[in-house]
Formats: sequence, C-alpha cells, structure tokens
Amino acid sequence: MARLAWLIPLFPLVSYGVLAFRGRSLGERAPYVAIGAMALSALVAWAVFLEQALGAEPFVWRAAWAVGGERVITVGYTVDPLSSITVAMITLVGGLIFVYSVGYMHGDPYYARFFAFLSLFCAGMLTMVLANSFLLMLIGWEVIGLCSYLLIGFYFRRRSANMAQMKAFLTTRVGDTLMLIGIMALFWQFGTVDYHAVFESVRKGAKEASAVVRLGPWEVPVVTLTALLVFGGPIGKSGQFPLHVWLPDAMEGPTPVSALIHAATLVAAGVYLVGRAYPLFFFTPHHEALVWVAWVGTLTAVMAALIAVAQDDIKRILAYSTISQLGFMMAGLGVLGYTAGLFHLLTHAFFKALLFLAAGSVIHAVHTNNIKEMGGLWRCMPVTFWTFLAGFLALAGVFPFAGFWSKDEILLEAYHHNPAVYVLLTAAAFLTALYMSRLVAYAFFGRYRGPEHPEPDPWLPEDYERAGLHPPGHGHHHRQPHESPPVMTVPLVVLAFFALVVGFVGVPGTGPDGGSWIHHFLKFEGFEEAGIHAPSFSWPLALRSLAVALAGIGVAWVVYGLRWVRSEQVRAWIGPLYPFLRHRMYIDTVYGWVFVRGGLALATGLRWFDVHVVDGLVNLVGWVTVLLSRLHRLFDTYVVDGLVNLVGWATRGLGSLLRPLQTGRAYNYILVAAAGVAVLVLVSLWRL
Amino acid sequence: MIGLSHYLVLSSLLFGLGLYGVLTRRNAVAILMGIELMLNAANVNFVAFTRFVDPTFVRGHVAALIVITLAACEAVVGLALVINAYRHLETVNVDQVDLMKG
Repeated sequence: MARLAWLIPLFPLVSYGVLAFRGRSLGERAPYVAIGAMALSALVAWAVFLEQALGAEPFVWRAAWAVGGERVITVGYTVDPLSSITVAMITLVGGLIFVYSVGYMHGDPYYARFFAFLSLFCAGMLTMVLANSFLLMLIGWEVIGLCSYLLIGFYFRRRSANMAQMKAFLTTRVGDTLMLIGIMALFWQFGTVDYHAVFESVRKGAKEASAVVRLGPWEVPVVTLTALLVFGGPIGKSGQFPLHVWLPDAMEGPTPVSALIHAATLVAAGVYLVGRAYPLFFFTPHHEALVWVAWVGTLTAVMAALIAVAQDDIKRILAYSTISQLGFMMAGLGVLGYTAGLFHLLTHAFFKALLFLAAGSVIHAVHTNNIKEMGGLWRCMPVTFWTFLAGFLALAGVFPFAGFWSKDEILLEAYHHNPAVYVLLTAAAFLTALYMSRLVAYAFFGRYRGPEHPEPDPWLPEDYERAGLHPPGHGHHHRQPHESPPVMTVPLVVLAFFALVVGFVGVPGTGPDGGSWIHHFLKFEGFEEAGIHAPSFSWPLALRSLAVALAGIGVAWVVYGLRWVRSEQVRAWIGPLYPFLRHRMYIDTVYGWVFVRGGLALATGLRWFDVHVVDGLVNLVGWVTVLLSRLHRLFDTYVVDGLVNLVGWATRGLGSLLRPLQTGRAYNYILVAAAGVAVLVLVSLWRL
Repeated sequence: MIGLSHYLVLSSLLFGLGLYGVLTRRNAVAILMGIELMLNAANVNFVAFTRFVDPTFVRGHVAALIVITLAACEAVVGLALVINAYRHLETVNVDQVDLMKG
C-alpha cells in the first residue's frame, strides 16, 4: 500500500483542478467532487496507516528531480509512522469538515470556489506531510500558506477580512523567510535537502566538535543556528510567540476554514515539521535547539491562555486556545517528549476541529460571535451542546477524553526533563480549563441574552442580495436559536466520538511492551542512542493534572455559572491585568505601531526622499544637459556650420571664376588647341 | 620642276582650309567635310614624303590607305550621328545640339 501513497495528495489536487475549471457549471454538485476526492484519499491514507500500524517497514520513494553537478535534488514521498498517522488524521478530519461545509456554506455564490480552495489546501498539506525532502515540504508549505490567505479572505468584500488575510500572509512570511534561509543553510552544509541524508549527516556530525558562527558576543554552533532558522517556519505557521498575531484575526474566514486550517491542519504543519526534523533539533550540542523550542512553546502556551480568558468572541477564544495548545505541543517536543508533542497534535486536531465546527453551528443559530449575547443554548441546540461539551472536556484535559492522555504525556515529560516548564504548563492547563468553562457557561447556560430581532449584517455583500440569498451563518432570523441541519451535526457527532476515543491509543498497557501503543508506534530512534528513556505513566502526576483541570472548571463555574462571585468583582481584584489581557497584551497594538505604522512612515519618508532628492537629482542632470546642449548648439551653428559653409562658398567662388572657360562649344576648344599649336610652331621657328 | 616643298605647301593650304571650315561653320555636315579636308592633307604629306625621301618602300602609301579607310568609317559614324540628331532635334546646327549641357 505504501507504494500508492502518492495518490493521497493527488485526489484533492485533481478535485481542485476540476472545481477550478468546471466549478461554475457544477454549481450545487461541486461538493460531491471534493468530498469524493477526499474520501478516496482517506481510503488510501487509512490503508497506508493501518499497514504501518501492523508493523510494515517505513518506505521511501525518491527520483532525481534536478541534477547540478554531483548534487542531486530528489522528489518523492516518505511513508513512516509519523507521516502515515498524520495523513490519516488530516484526511479524516478534513473529510468531515468538507461534509460540514456543505451545510454551512450552502447558498454561497462562490460555493464551488470554496471547495476548490479547500481541495487545494488538502493537496498542499498532504504533499507537505508526505514529502521526502525539505524542498518538496517547502512547496506544500507555501501552497497551504496561499490557501490560508485565500480562505481567510473568502468574504473578500469585507474589509476586515482583507486586512486579516494580509496580516496572516505577511506575518507567516517572516517565519517562512527564516525557514527558507535555514533550508539554504542545510543545502550549503550537507549538499542535499533530502530528509534522510540531512539527518544522517547531522547525527554523524553530533559526535564531532561543530563549527561555530560568531553572532555579536555569542558563539553559536552552525547546526544550532540552522535548526533555529528552520524553526522560524513553525513559529510563523503554528502561531508561536512572537508571530502568533495572525491566527486570531484569521477567524475572519468561514468557520469550516477556521476548523480545518486554523485548528486542525495548517497550524499543525509547524509542529509536524519540528517532529519530522526532530534529529536536526535533537543532535545540536546539549540539545540546545530543543531548549529554545521548549521555551518558545511554553511562553506561547501561557501567554495565549491568559489572553483567551479575557476575550468575548467565541472564535477568538478558540483561536487563542489553539495558539496555547500549539505552544503545549512545541513545549512537549522541546522537553524531549517527541511522542507526547505529536500525540497531542493528533488528539488536538480532532477536538479543536470539533469545537470550531460546533462554534460554527452556534454562530449559524444565533448570528453573533459574542458569547455574552448567547446563553441557554443547551436547551435549543442539544446536539451542538453535547458535542461541544465533549470537545470542551477533551481540551480541558478531563479523564477519559483525548486531551487528558496527550496533555498528561506532555506534562509528564516536562516534569522529568524541565521542571520550570512543567510549572508553567500546569498553570496554562489551569487557564485552559478556566477559559473554556467560561465560554461554555456564557454560551450554553443561563438565559438567552441575544437581541429579539437581530440587525442584518452591515457588510451583507451585494452578490448575496442579488442572488436573493443570505450569507452563511446569517440565515432566516428567528427569535429562538434552532439546531443546525444534520449535514452539520453528523460530522460533529463523529468528531465527538473521536475526541473521546482517540486518546485511548495513549493509555498505558495498550502497547506490546507494557507502555502505550502510541509510544510504541511513534518513537524517535535518537533517544535510545543517547540513553534517554521516556518516563513511564505515573498516576500521581495524572491525578494532579486532572485536579488542575477540575480546579479550573470549578473556579469558572463559581464565577460564570453559579455567579457566587460577580465577574465584575474579579475584574476589580485583578486591576490593570484585565485591560492588559483584554487588549491581547497590546502585542497587536505594538506591532501595529512599530511595523505597520513604522513601515508606512518609512515608506512616506522614502517617498519624500524619492520625490524631492532622487527626482531632484534627476531633474538637475536634465537641466544641466539642456544647458550644455544649448551651448553646443551655438558652437554647432556658428563654428561647425560656418566652416562647412566657408568651404562651400570658396568652391562656388572659384567655380564662378572658371565657369566662362567652359563654354560647351567644341570649336572654341579646337580654336584654342589650334592657336596653341600655332604658338608652338612660331616659338620653334623663332628658336631656329 | 615640282619638288617636295610644293607638295608640303599644298597640304598646308589644304589643312588650313579644313581647319577654317571646322572652326567657322555651324553646319554639322560642313564640319565633317572640313575634317575630311584635314585628313586628306595628311594623306598628301604621307605620299609626298614616300616619293621624295624613301622611294624604295611604299610605307607612306600604306599609311595613306589606312587613313582613307579611317576617313570612310569616320564619315559613316559622323553622318549617322548627324541624321539621328536631325531626326530628334530637326536641326544640324551644332550650336543647338546642346541637350547634354548642364
């Protein structure tokens, strides 16, 4: 089956081609093409995954793509536990989100285009995951970046969507540029970008003293610098501090996009890449690149969780939650928890997609994103409520949901390898439970606080009006919110099922050697070499993290559910912290001032310089040239032309002197000749 | 008795007449006739010098015959030119045949 792995990205790509060129005529039937392609792709992906799970050897296929001298750049695909389980997850979650979109996007005038973009996105994502080299990975990486841009700005008539898509693209570009430099550095050092060859070289190089680069007062080993440059890409794509600012704004896209791209897959690409390039990070001196990864992840996890507590927009809370969870994954990978980080990546994809889709269902019903305008929804939307609750419990890390097992793994690894990270991550876990409980309490409990007659959206695009349609999520206005159609709730139920069960692969005792199955399946060979053993599951620690989660839920329930303590009072207690968190720690504001306004000011200054100095210089040169030309013209007119005319006049004067001699009458010449002869005769006679 | 001088005087007179005709006449035919006179003056000289200076060989006679042939050719070409000029310009006056004068 592994030999058929190239089919996995091909199906969505074909679907994209069909929808891009024939989408308009397909109309309402467009989703069937996309869903059919995803189903085929999922079929192959699961077959490949099961084969790997049953113990097949990893398989790599590669062919020469570009040959330059002795260096050969290959193209191909890798099938191993990591890539196979990731494509299985992507195709399953992606397929469910496609089905959900049929309902959510119904009636959109750009229905086929939406599915075309989704298909292209999946093709890029699957290419990126299956790639055999950094170069092919980069191609998939850029395709998903492009699709993210296109889908965030899908409601392209909305100005905020345009701004958000630009913000996302430009912010991730910062990281991508660093990663591109990192990949070039890899090629420069090892002469190849093939994963296997690069990792072999790094592994061998780890035993020798490595070359260093001098950066100011620090001496940094080249391999560490390269690893950190490559890490720039994941920082941008996976929303790590300080490039996380684009992810909350990316919620401008349709909700299925938020679920697919900004929760389950695209943002996972960065974490996946760190997992894929783990040898590069691991074999740096003293694992120092991993220490950086751990601290970036931890900082992100805590920061985003803090911000999420003070937000009111349901999708924005989930976005910060995503950032926080990605921070968890990075921290997990960073504290030598290779399996833990990637396990959390897989479980998080399921329950975060679920949470987003359920949130989309809520928005569909109440026509607002503000959780303070919802309330009491558990009664009117039972399916959405129960599935959302499953996602919530999984994210908060409550036994026995998926998040409990994977988050516990990360905390366990952190406890053994980096206690400071453990403490911070535990705090972040507490905050996670807190903000999610707050969200659930506001949105689903209490009484309905929405307006009785919601205002129509001011941005309602004219396309929708012309078509006599309502934009998605803004259907007929009812006084009471109502449950979404089955096409939307069925994917929710399926995802809720997975949010419950997918964590069981991490239960100790499921693997053949007494450990968990996921530890047996996804393991990093370098650990054994270095003598690092994964810590085994410990119940005291697991109970402690469960207690932390329940404490978070309890605190939130006291404040937002039972309202024994008013939230206004809490705000008063924490003082200036609330506005600080409310305004997202002012990070966006600072970036706006420094980079956006700074960039604009710089551009204005440069324009002034261009208009006044550069153009001035150009004009000066012009004037000088004109002046010189005038002088030259005078010289030309009076001196050069004068000489030419002088020659002419002289010739004409001489000519007019000689002209009378040339009569044109032959007898004149003869007369002269005869006279000449006569003179000669007379002279000769006189001589004699 | 008639000697070489007589012939030379005769030929000089004949040449002078021819030259006079060429210089004074405007009629192309008359000019051609003047040229014929000058050529014949030269012939008289050739023959007279052969008779009185070197009578053994007849070199002068041969030269005279060549000149007669030449004169005939010259007359043919010259008259053809004159007739053509007359056909185009309706004149044989050389002063009026000035098409090629700038």
